[in-house]
Amino acid sequence: MDENPLTQAFRLILELDPALVGIVSLSLKVSLSAVAVAAVLGLPLGALLALYRFRGRGAAVASLNALMGLPPVVAGLMIYLLLSRAGPLGSLGLLFTPTAMIIVQTLLVFPIIAALARQVIEDLWDEYREQLQSLGSGRLRAIPTLLWDARFSLVTGVLAGFGRASAEVGAVLIVGGNIDGVTRVMTTAIALETSRGNLALALGLGIVLMLLGLLINISIYVIGEQTKRRLG
Amino acid sequence: MSTAAKDPVRAASLLPLTLEQVCFRHGDQTLLQDINLSVSERGKTIVLGPNGAGKSLLMRLCHGLLDPSSGDIRWALDGRDAAPTIRRQQAMVFQRPVLLRRSALANVVHALALQGVARAERTARGEEALERFGLLPLAGRPARVMSGGEQQRLALARAWALRPEILFLDEPTSALDPSAVKAVEDAVLTFHAAGTRIVMTTHDLGQARRLADDVVFLCDGRLLEHTPAETFFRQPQSAEAAAFLRGDLVW
Repeated sequence: MDENPLTQAFRLILELDPALVGIVSLSLKVSLSAVAVAAVLGLPLGALLALYRFRGRGAAVASLNALMGLPPVVAGLMIYLLLSRAGPLGSLGLLFTPTAMIIVQTLLVFPIIAALARQVIEDLWDEYREQLQSLGSGRLRAIPTLLWDARFSLVTGVLAGFGRASAEVGAVLIVGGNIDGVTRVMTTAIALETSRGNLALALGLGIVLMLLGLLINISIYVIGEQTKRRLG
Repeated sequence: MSTAAKDPVRAASLLPLTLEQVCFRHGDQTLLQDINLSVSERGKTIVLGPNGAGKSLLMRLCHGLLDPSSGDIRWALDGRDAAPTIRRQQAMVFQRPVLLRRSALANVVHALALQGVARAERTARGEEALERFGLLPLAGRPARVMSGGEQQRLALARAWALRPEILFLDEPTSALDPSAVKAVEDAVLTFHAAGTRIVMTTHDLGQARRLADDVVFLCDGRLLEHTPAETFFRQPQSAEAAAFLRGDLVW
């Protein structure tokens, strides 16, 4: 106990402390699932918004952009109200489960991915439109072509979404409840362990979280550079 | 209008293409006015004219990328059933080739997929087209990192794979160096030899002389002449065309 918390933190990480590993893996599971769902929904929706003109499109684009800044606690509150016993989906019994956390993080990540996809696909469509039209591709058929050709820009958006999901604390705390071994993820654990004075675990988790953020940003950078060099 | 009995549309020819009183307006500007033009079954038509005459616009209207503000653009095939065939039987090569961010071969294969060619045939047809334009060794190269000349040849190979009845080329050589220009001109002749109808714009008079069977001369959004090339270059009918050929009316 005389060891300083930072040394202890590194030891927890290097020794793959079960509590730490459990929390990290739940974090990854929740955030990766949320990002996957958000990408599956957000990429095609962004492409549709980019390619089609309809009444209310401007409002849809503006609200998507606004939702990128949705405060996690507010997202948490909304999903809490939806899933709580008295709420419209209360009968599903999802509150305080990892599923609820995936849902709320999907809500946070979806606007980032969809808004970025909208922007990227719209620019690409400007460039490709005549050629694709000439080749006989309608707008709907152009969506997979454009999504594939924009894949590297879109991956950076997806990674940014993962960054937001793994770093937020308010939303998962409200709908997950920070239950030990069930819904405790890195961010909520750091908040709790710090207030409890268990600085070693808090620091250990904090280091893992920071490394994760670093890894994401390096990936974004490398992918961007590779794309420029290899694909023009 | 057309009767359902009028199949198989596939075997029938698109040509001739007829433009009747075609106008194109943008805002309160008339960019093309009262264009009457007939594009026959065979040959190489070169569209000439000073910059801003409406050459590219005319190509886009013919190719169906834009709709005329008024007037008619008619293919020999008509009727609603014919629309997909009409689209499939033509191709266009643009001044700046638009290539997808994938390999050279994948670019051709994608175009064939859009055209509804069976999956099993696409690669073979794509490779045949690349081979034809000397690009087979570059089949796996990302299209976007190829040189300008190679990119334009790839755009031509992509068009070749589609086996169009008519090929539109909009200033296909204006961004290229001389050796690449030669390759594009050779490609145009290859298409011609295969029976593809050629309609092409250029601002290179030497190129027009080398390639043209007939010349369409546009000036200020109007079609002033459509004559055999020989006549056009020897004895232009309009004062504007004469000035253009002397070099007094460029750009």
